[in-house]
Amino acid sequence: MPTESVVKPAAELGTRSPLVERLHSWVTTVDHKRLGLLYIFYALIFLLFGGIEATIMRIQLIRPLNSFVSPQVFNRMFTMHGTTMIFFFAMPIMFGFANYLVPLMIGARDMAFPRLNAFSFWMTAFGGLLLYFSFVGGDGLYGAGSAPDVGWFAYAPLTSKTFSQGHSTDFWILALLVSGFGSVGTAINIIATIICMRCKGMSLGKMPLLAWLTLTMAGLVILAVSPLTAAQLMLLVDRYLGGHFFDTQAGGSAVMWMHFFWVFGHPEVYVLVLPAFAFASEIIPVFSRKAIFGYPIMVAATVCIGFIGMSVWAHHMFTVGMTSTANSFFVLSTMAIAVPTGIKIFNWLATMWGGQIEFRTPMLFCVAFLFQFLIAGLTGIMMGAAPFDWQLSASYFVVAHFHYVIVGGILFTLFAAVYYWFPKMSGKMYSETLGKLHFWLFVIGFHLTFDFMHIPGILGMPRRIYTYEPGRGWDIWNLIVTIGVFFQAAGLLVFIANLFRSYFRGRVAGSDPWDAWTLEWSTTSPPPAYNFAVIPGVKSRRPLWDLKHPEDPDWHYE
Amino acid sequence: MSALSAVVVEPDIRWNPARGPVAMYCLIGAETAIFAIFVVAYIFYIGKSLTGPQPRDVLQLPVFATICLLASSLTIHVAVKLLRAGRVFSFGLSWLLTVVLGAIFLVATLREWHHLIYDDRLTIQTNLFGTTYYSLVGLHAFHVTVGLLALLTVLALTLRGNVGIQHAARAAVLSMYWHFVDVVWVVVFVVVYVIGR
Repeated sequence: MPTESVVKPAAELGTRSPLVERLHSWVTTVDHKRLGLLYIFYALIFLLFGGIEATIMRIQLIRPLNSFVSPQVFNRMFTMHGTTMIFFFAMPIMFGFANYLVPLMIGARDMAFPRLNAFSFWMTAFGGLLLYFSFVGGDGLYGAGSAPDVGWFAYAPLTSKTFSQGHSTDFWILALLVSGFGSVGTAINIIATIICMRCKGMSLGKMPLLAWLTLTMAGLVILAVSPLTAAQLMLLVDRYLGGHFFDTQAGGSAVMWMHFFWVFGHPEVYVLVLPAFAFASEIIPVFSRKAIFGYPIMVAATVCIGFIGMSVWAHHMFTVGMTSTANSFFVLSTMAIAVPTGIKIFNWLATMWGGQIEFRTPMLFCVAFLFQFLIAGLTGIMMGAAPFDWQLSASYFVVAHFHYVIVGGILFTLFAAVYYWFPKMSGKMYSETLGKLHFWLFVIGFHLTFDFMHIPGILGMPRRIYTYEPGRGWDIWNLIVTIGVFFQAAGLLVFIANLFRSYFRGRVAGSDPWDAWTLEWSTTSPPPAYNFAVIPGVKSRRPLWDLKHPEDPDWHYE
Repeated sequence: MSALSAVVVEPDIRWNPARGPVAMYCLIGAETAIFAIFVVAYIFYIGKSLTGPQPRDVLQLPVFATICLLASSLTIHVAVKLLRAGRVFSFGLSWLLTVVLGAIFLVATLREWHHLIYDDRLTIQTNLFGTTYYSLVGLHAFHVTVGLLALLTVLALTLRGNVGIQHAARAAVLSMYWHFVDVVWVVVFVVVYVIGR
């Protein structure tokens, strides 16, 4: 298996400058740790892009009848914000952590297919470039439109040639198609790695929970992203070959696109939230100084969420007029998924219960996640009831709900994960002071923005409007929501400053700064290209606990 | 902390499956999801075309092509078995037969499309039937083409004498893909030529 770790003879190295040599080694790398870091860097850059787009929207909505941007630009901003955050921030960063952590945690030297891994990353990177190239290339020959403006779920017939002239929508389609190939490639790689590359003694029941959750996530990617690929192919047939899949004039069905999109779209939420659960399941035990509570139930709940998550998609479509049987089915399946999710929350709480909790920055983010994800789940149950959804669908209540999941749940655990594994990835400790500042700024900003966003939704403010008239009772809420954005932006800047400062000036972390129990902490920080000098063998779910406490190892009890 | 890297336990005999077949099963899962969406679209749009021609007017059962494609599954299975037994020459013959059968299928599809386009005036733009038919059958034909290119690569390597018993596992992984393409054809056949007519 080729890795870039092969030491080249000095004569060969001498011809290029050290900087070019270093860049070259990053571009051609097939090492899972470097690709993981590439995914994470790439995703963080797109987080900034998506954040800027969100800020532009919020500045436009800060007061009624504002004219900060034109309606056309506003449409492009919400389309690009949604597409960027889901496809080019959240998914790549999850793949980045999976890439970096899974082989280390299961005691392997690399992913199962290192070159496929590199291919997948560069496909995803190319997809992101395609999407953003639409800002300059989207005009095409027709002079209509720049960046895509059809919304991130691109309902038909908005995407037909009649309503989307020029090439902006084509850039959107191709970007998602290309990055979809990358996603499926990585998912295949993750599954093959976890099934086939585990070290001696690590049966499925002894894997870290992160590996289980990542395995389920990869399965969902395979089953959910592929339908999106199929739907995008159909859209291309419609737009380029004159097909009629979503062309209602010729008997086609616009609702068909909705189904195809949400067959992808809802499992996608679980694709993003399962890794978030994975981070919480690794971080909470370590900072509570207790083993995870109810490991087998956690695994069962995970797989359960994977299965039920495939059968809830049409709860996005209660207002399009499905049959009452279909409505009832999707209401019930949506309610059912609250059960395994609730089990997980109770298990995390039970892990903390009676533990010696250390409120370091990663733990703070995880605790906030528990509260916020609970509230997100509760508004999810509200929206999951069809009659309630008829009232509030496509209002700001929905926007507040899913941002509560994606920001309050997923982004918070992502920050926790970055802080928790930063010492392993860089070899340096982050600054706890800056970390806590980031946390408090972000918590305040998050709650100002997304708590108060529910209210204009209940008062009837529709999503995706570029402005509104004064005197509808929405003004003050929109002002508060926008103020929160500035707190979040400040928190994000502190976060980036912390990463840079700590990378260059942080104190050396050592291989195991958290006194943790999983295998990645048994090797140096950052790990060598070959990960482990000796491929480890394990006897329990906490191999490093066994090693540190030979008098009372875990495998006596499991 | 270097001592930590040697978490040594007594040997534990455990079986890790090979990564090739696992990855191929995953790929087949992803492809199945793609085909499922196209099949659902086809079934949903049966009888919803606003203009002719309708399937029953123009579609003929492609019996010969189907027999060829299904038979190629058998020949590739035999080929892999022969390679496992180390009989490289017989393997090459059986593999060549697979390629020929697959090519016959593609030519039959080509002739069918030519007939539909020039005699029956059915294109992908004509009506919903045209759109869904060419997309679904075309997607399958595309997969047959990709499979044929892979098979041809192996055939070329065999002719150069680079294939031996040590490659049996890899040939078996490729044959899984080919079997999958065949199974998809069974579904397409039933949906397009039996139910859809």
